[in-house]
Amino acid sequence: MTVVKAVTCPICGSLCDDIELTVENGRIVKVKNGCAMCESKFLGYNSEHRLLKPLIRKNGELVKTSLKEAVGRAAGILAEANYPILYGWSSTSCEAISVGLELAEEVGGVIDNTSVVCHGPSILSIQEIGIPSCTLGQIRHRADLVVYWGSNPWSAHPRHIERYTAFSEGRFEKSAWRGYLNNIKASIVRKKIESVIRRVFFKGKPSASAYIRKEPPSTLFKEGRKLVVIDVRKTRSAEIADYFIQVEPNKDYELLQAFRALIRDQEIDVDTVAGVPVEYLEEIADLMIKCDFGVLFFGLGLTMSSGKLRNIDAALSLVRDLNMRTKFVIMPMRGHFNVTGANTVFTWQTGYPYAVDFSLGYPQYNPGETSVVDVLLRKESDAALIIASDPIANFPKTAAEHLVKNPLIVIDPHMNATAQMADVILPSAFVGIETSGTAYRMDHVPLPLKKVVDPPRGVLSDEEILRRILAEVRRIKKKRTVAS
Amino acid sequence: MDKPKLRVTLLTGRTIEQGVGKERGKSSKEYVESVSVCYMDPGDLKRLNMKEKTNVMVSTDYGSVVVKALKSLRAPHQGVIFIPYGPWANVIVNPETNGIGMPSFKGIPAEVEPAPDKPILSLEELFSREFGKGGSK
Repeated sequence: MTVVKAVTCPICGSLCDDIELTVENGRIVKVKNGCAMCESKFLGYNSEHRLLKPLIRKNGELVKTSLKEAVGRAAGILAEANYPILYGWSSTSCEAISVGLELAEEVGGVIDNTSVVCHGPSILSIQEIGIPSCTLGQIRHRADLVVYWGSNPWSAHPRHIERYTAFSEGRFEKSAWRGYLNNIKASIVRKKIESVIRRVFFKGKPSASAYIRKEPPSTLFKEGRKLVVIDVRKTRSAEIADYFIQVEPNKDYELLQAFRALIRDQEIDVDTVAGVPVEYLEEIADLMIKCDFGVLFFGLGLTMSSGKLRNIDAALSLVRDLNMRTKFVIMPMRGHFNVTGANTVFTWQTGYPYAVDFSLGYPQYNPGETSVVDVLLRKESDAALIIASDPIANFPKTAAEHLVKNPLIVIDPHMNATAQMADVILPSAFVGIETSGTAYRMDHVPLPLKKVVDPPRGVLSDEEILRRILAEVRRIKKKRTVAS
Repeated sequence: MDKPKLRVTLLTGRTIEQGVGKERGKSSKEYVESVSVCYMDPGDLKRLNMKEKTNVMVSTDYGSVVVKALKSLRAPHQGVIFIPYGPWANVIVNPETNGIGMPSFKGIPAEVEPAPDKPILSLEELFSREFGKGGSK
């Protein structure tokens, strides 16, 4: 039995690197320090859903085949295609992404990563406006005001609050954990009292007073770190916040611009903005101006709802305005563990972070045209290679429809929704568990992913599979050139 | 009598249950059960004259899907329903990218109606209905 320390967790963009794994007879048997998703992955990655043999579709059924035949079939599909899609990349290593970009150039395809359906709009806005940001370490040690907007870290990045923000023990700012426990106790007592009042006086009818606060909560005036959550629904993260603002769906832009006006000491002539009383907004604006080091984390609540990149424009501009009054930074809550790495490696090799089209032999970038969902909606692609992603489970149906109509190659360790539709499936090793590599945390800090156990016999890494496909594509193309 | 219908705003997003399920495997029972559900406001359930854990049909301009209605733990959010990201939500989300590559996964106008007699399709049945393709190991 061995204990492997300081393992980086390959799940979300927080990339927690303090995981301890106990390995017995080549299997992980215990996970320490991880969240629920981390435990689920490290203990359950080798479940019955694991792909162990390459599969190809024959007469409508997926059948087992040799690695050589599967690689040959995949390379044949890509070499034949006029406009193939190469999509995914955010849950594999930078090393594999680098080979993928070489392959995309070789086959003249469009290569895109999952940021196109998560923080693509954020990237577009950052390119226009710029981003005042920092590392998560600085936030841990210095931030005294933490705002999550359109993001639910408790569910999507479960240890983000504990490791980097409100509940972390920084050098200059203390953890707000104890205050949170007191809040929970107080809220349980309050709920019980309200329940009794409802039963006795209102005969079970819900009272609106429990929902709409009449005065600012006392937690806003406390010393130390403060946590504010702004979202369209009350999430688990909202429950632990010192202040929660519930914005009406699709109205984040109005709220952001209202904050900008308040920060510039302008008066707002209406009583509510996006369903929120202006007096609440004034309290938060005051809090933002008075903090020493504030941070705004934003999630897909801003990028996926009405306004999309314009919401991010407003958020970046708000932080720019705030920096005239105090120190404030902003950071997107990146989802997949290496989506930041995908953007970084794409940019190194092509000049662009996502949605890169090689069909003319050189990289072109025009999200809306060269982005994978648009290519699929216009029904232009004629083949696809999907790696470390599951677009059938993540794309709108009309986009997914065109994906399954054409030859589909999937490289993945698990039988996911996309793999079920595939014509060629190449099983791969789990990066960060069975093979090593590099990933970028959401604050652009690169971290090593460890190999903890051996992969199943015959299962290769994403990088090695891509190298073999690339070599085979080059061989086919060379043969074709010689023949012509 | 016509079945009651409710006009709502559809949000899709992450839940911790979906996160745990996806790491276990996208074909796993945990994943399928965590994403074929719809969280609703208790008041909206009453308005539809139904109890939680009843099947509902959610329809948008882009399609319809049957999922299981669950009572939201963090109400009230009257007129807003939440379906976790996954194949069921994808049937009804808005594919419009507004020229920037990003479909609209949140804030979609939708209609909910009780559908106690209609079954929730399995992953295979859903794919077969939507794509006419699919297969297993």
